[in-house]
Amino acid sequence: MDTNNMHPVMKWVEYRLPVFSFLDHSLGTQYPTPKNLNYWWNFGSLAGLVLVIMIASGIVLAMHYTAHVDYAFDSVERIMRDVNYGWLIRYIHMNGGSMFFIVVYIHMFRGLYFGSYQAPRELLWMIGVFILLAMMATAFMGYVLPWGQMSFWGATVITNLFSAIPLVGDSIVTLLWGGFSVDNPTLNRFFSLHYLMPFVIVGLVVVHIWALHVHGSNNPTGIDVKSEQDTIGFHPYFTTKDLFGMGLFMMFFMFFVFYAPNFFGEPDNYIPANPLVTPAHIVPEWYFLPYYAILRAFTGDFLVYQVISLGGLLMDAKLAGVLAMFASILLLLFMPWLDGAKVRSCSFRPIMAMAFWIFVLDCLVLGYIGGKPAEGNFITIGQWATFYYFAHLLVIVPLVSRLERPRQLPDSINASVLKAAE
Amino acid sequence: MSETATPEQGAEIDDQSKRDFLFISTAAVGAVGTAIAAWPFIDQMNPAADTLALSTTEVSLEPIEEGQSITVVWRGKPVFIRHRTAEEIADAVAVQANDLIDPQTDADRVQKPEWLIMVGVCTHLGCIPLGNKAGESRGDFGGWFCPCHGSHYDTSGRIRKGPAPKNLPVPEYSFLSDLKVKIG
Repeated sequence: MDTNNMHPVMKWVEYRLPVFSFLDHSLGTQYPTPKNLNYWWNFGSLAGLVLVIMIASGIVLAMHYTAHVDYAFDSVERIMRDVNYGWLIRYIHMNGGSMFFIVVYIHMFRGLYFGSYQAPRELLWMIGVFILLAMMATAFMGYVLPWGQMSFWGATVITNLFSAIPLVGDSIVTLLWGGFSVDNPTLNRFFSLHYLMPFVIVGLVVVHIWALHVHGSNNPTGIDVKSEQDTIGFHPYFTTKDLFGMGLFMMFFMFFVFYAPNFFGEPDNYIPANPLVTPAHIVPEWYFLPYYAILRAFTGDFLVYQVISLGGLLMDAKLAGVLAMFASILLLLFMPWLDGAKVRSCSFRPIMAMAFWIFVLDCLVLGYIGGKPAEGNFITIGQWATFYYFAHLLVIVPLVSRLERPRQLPDSINASVLKAAE
Repeated sequence: MSETATPEQGAEIDDQSKRDFLFISTAAVGAVGTAIAAWPFIDQMNPAADTLALSTTEVSLEPIEEGQSITVVWRGKPVFIRHRTAEEIADAVAVQANDLIDPQTDADRVQKPEWLIMVGVCTHLGCIPLGNKAGESRGDFGGWFCPCHGSHYDTSGRIRKGPAPKNLPVPEYSFLSDLKVKIG
């Protein structure tokens, strides 16, 4: 960075703490970025934007919220009715949770399609999976705080998952609860951890971006940057494009905040928690539905269960469901090795591209089934969709990636851009 | 400082095993110390003394007529108390325990056959089964039915059908008199 043209104050700071050249190398003219990035590459910065919005709105909400079973529900209603702009801030925070998952899921599917997890970006991808896990824990605990019926029963069902662990399961559940059921100690610790976790996510994001900046962004062709002709500076080109994307995204986000604030929510959560009455139909928030469908797919007669438990000898169906649910996410950590292709982008791997879109569809089917009662055909469809989910990751990806012959790659990013312009 | 631990480049180290021992034992003591220091931070999450102090509940059985059930709260959880009819007792006793998902005889589950006392929390994922109030579904076996994922319990609270792995648990309880019971 040329320091001669700097304002004297900036120069003074730069000499003592080189923050301006740091920014210039991270997000500025000195950060070379593949010039062919398409709009799917906007979702990383969008996720960062939502994280900032969630922390800002959350800190404000915490100024008015009371983490006690007798006051929590009422304090949230007070935020909605009496606190100045409380309704707006709470609706931003509530819908922001859904927005965060929409943006991150698109970001992850982008990575899956264009092979962004492949060498040398394996750690970058794995840190991303950990960010997803941290987000899920944060969202789950946040949903408990309003202490409505779904808060309470969601917390009960999810914490009970740990009781499936052999021998120590019940002790772990008691430890999580701080009592003999979900109660005031549980609410208190969830509030504490819900406040902590976003900052853990910030830490993970810093590491994620650090890893990103070592080898730079992947790109739609999936081929490496070979010369300066392949790149342009991040600023002003991608700062502008990211800002434009943020504008569009904020319109989408604010549509829900102002016109359909409870679209993603469950009406039952506006009933105060009652430990003696279970709602007829417990459903988690939409972003957990695919995992919930996988959890419930494991019944005693599910073929996959019979196979992995050696006919029921190894574990009961409940434990198998819990393990499968965690495995469905943890398996993503191994994507860089499950995929053995030499070519990253599915644009040059037509069979893999097709498998990718079927996998997307399968995830949507799982999400749909997760929101339906566990009865009749829904069970069967959920079991097949669960089977396919694991078949995709454990069989289709390893085989297709190693057997498929990719199309001819362009000579360089620059060549592909010029060809597209013709 | 030439006498201290770091030898000259290329110099022979004649006390390597002593150095290894010191290194490993120092690390081990540090690790154990850290683990011990971590325990209070984990154990604070377990039930506190005042939570444990609320762990018994006394219930008078006098107002419960035959065939009726009541729900009382014990440790924040519902406890079902059913005053069973002779027919319900006969049904529960007649079942062959070995055929059950979680084999238990009716006698294992009650102190006095007419009083069935158990924690009303489904052993699948913790919902409250229906069947304690008049008019609620009692499932296929005349006991309780969990609406969340469809588990059926019989008149002894044993799991008969559905995803739950265990019978409804029987809490520790004792009869203080004929019609007064202490749970916990």
